[in-house]
Amino acid sequence: MGNTLVWIVWIGAAFACLGSGIAVVSFTNPFYSALALIGNLASLAVLFLLASAEFLAAAQVLVYAGAVMVMFLFVIGYLGGRADAPFAGGPSWVSIGAVVAAAALLVEVVVVIGLAAGDALTDPAEVEAAFGSPAEIGRIFLTDHLLAFEITSIVLLVAAVGGVVLGTRTRAEQDLEEAA
Amino acid sequence: MMGPDPSWYLVVSAILFAIGTLGVLLRRSPLVVLLSLEIMLNSANLALISFARLHGDHDGQIFALTVMAVAASEVVVGLGIIVAMSRRKLTLDVDALRVLRG
Repeated sequence: MGNTLVWIVWIGAAFACLGSGIAVVSFTNPFYSALALIGNLASLAVLFLLASAEFLAAAQVLVYAGAVMVMFLFVIGYLGGRADAPFAGGPSWVSIGAVVAAAALLVEVVVVIGLAAGDALTDPAEVEAAFGSPAEIGRIFLTDHLLAFEITSIVLLVAAVGGVVLGTRTRAEQDLEEAA
Repeated sequence: MMGPDPSWYLVVSAILFAIGTLGVLLRRSPLVVLLSLEIMLNSANLALISFARLHGDHDGQIFALTVMAVAASEVVVGLGIIVAMSRRKLTLDVDALRVLRG
């Protein structure tokens, strides 16, 4: 009974995930694309939860749906109508090539993973209930993977400084605005 | 393991990655290209998490967490560049940006 319920939730989340992914790519208005991406990230968080990654599911909702998407929506609102762009410019062979390239990539990934892992994929290891809990992730992050933790903090600091530098108005831009 | 085994997760992850690639290749708006990049990063995260579950090892989850932090940094810089482009009155179209072409 419990297994059937998990399957139902999983199939719902997987289809929501793929459907909203297609919606992100196909909406002309970037505001709707960003809203569809929020749905995509939320359904991915459900999949994370079903793969016993509890902490990551929470982080996904907090970091992506909470922080990153708000930033996206602010920028789209700031740009207003300028954010709208044609769906796909250029000749039609570019679009056909893009679809062929994406399909080829999909086939390659499936074939390579199938050849490399094969039957082992259907036989997951037994894990205890605490697998992927915040306590476990925190313990491992601060012991075995301390270097990754510290490097992450430096990357975030550099990104914050970069954001400030890019957001600062330069002299050339001031002249451009006065001329306009 | 209750529910589907990791191979199902990997199939969803591969399809999602292809959708993201399609968005990056097809769309002209730099904002939508960034959104599609997020889809690709998240599909990679899903693959990492399903492999972590497959092997019963936390390393994949730690890697996914690091990818999440890198993705957040990438969005900050990417959106900063888009706003700077808009302030300089450049067209927000990745095909129109060919100043650096030799």
